[in-house]
Amino acid sequence: MTFINYAAREINCKIVYYGPGLGGKTTNIKFIYEKTNPNAKGKLISLATETDRTLFFDFLPLDLGEIRGFRTRFHLYTVPGQVFYDASRKLILKGVDGVVFVADSQAARMEANLESLRNLELNLKEQGYDLRAVPYVVQLNKRDLPTALPVEEMKRQLVFKGEPVFEAIAAKGNGVFETLKTIAKMVLLELRKGR
Amino acid sequence: MSGADLVLHDEEYQKIREVITRLRGECNAKVVFLVDKNGQQIAAEGELEAIDTTALASLAAGNVAATDSLARLIGEKEFSILFHEGERDNLHISVVGGRVILVVIFDERSSLGLVRLRVKKGSAELGAILDVMMKKSAAPRKAAAGGSPFAEITDEDIDKLFSD
Repeated sequence: MTFINYAAREINCKIVYYGPGLGGKTTNIKFIYEKTNPNAKGKLISLATETDRTLFFDFLPLDLGEIRGFRTRFHLYTVPGQVFYDASRKLILKGVDGVVFVADSQAARMEANLESLRNLELNLKEQGYDLRAVPYVVQLNKRDLPTALPVEEMKRQLVFKGEPVFEAIAAKGNGVFETLKTIAKMVLLELRKGR
Repeated sequence: MSGADLVLHDEEYQKIREVITRLRGECNAKVVFLVDKNGQQIAAEGELEAIDTTALASLAAGNVAATDSLARLIGEKEFSILFHEGERDNLHISVVGGRVILVVIFDERSSLGLVRLRVKKGSAELGAILDVMMKKSAAPRKAAAGGSPFAEITDEDIDKLFSD
């Protein structure tokens, strides 16, 4: 649900990074924060445990510049990936405009990826969204690990509507901005449609 | 997609500002702040220089969302007011019209009783303005004053945002 503020001439959109625990959602946001010009970003807020596991969410506001005289702002959120934080995860999806699914490429985490994807679909449904209709991108993270599954195998299991897929090594920044740009574009194109 | 986009036009924005400016005076508060339940800032008045309002909006919405869930867990519909007491500053958070969050930051120059009283009155006024805002948001965007500037967005416009 985009917030269009004619008074301040701003468009505000919300993008949520979803996926299994330790998959690299927070790493994506941290990399974006580090590499973004200070004028174009706000404070990075992390509600995390003492051991740096996301407890509630990470939040990063980005200012992408003007489009048709409107300042375009994206609010990036991550959800806590661990299974038992489901109640918190649902809350973060409220008012979402686009979703990035960060999948863990390690073979041993494929089951967790699939469970998280099913969970995403269910939680979106509870908020009144259909995953098939929401702007959606998949990121295959941790491509550098020796136990990473082949890309084609992951696509076969995860892709379900021809959504864009990006290979990434979020810790090094590979694929991070490509993913962000694509989801941001998809959200803006959705805005153009006017729904 | 779920529901319509939230659209704030200048007319409602000015009315909202009038109400929250007056509310701030009546409460003797440092800051009065209005945020959508999804974490988008709608309007703010007061001593804002030292405050990261974007972060405040996001955290206030997160706080209310978590508290709403807690309420439902124990069989309550909602906890309509949240109050955080600090050494110097206090935070009074309430939900207006089930949709928008009103945050009042105040110090020893005011009191919880006064803030509660004034917020109650101000909320009714804000509720009426928000009703109009929601109705306009739900209407097709073409019908809105000035038409939709977004129908004309080109791929080039979008590419320009990412040119650096």
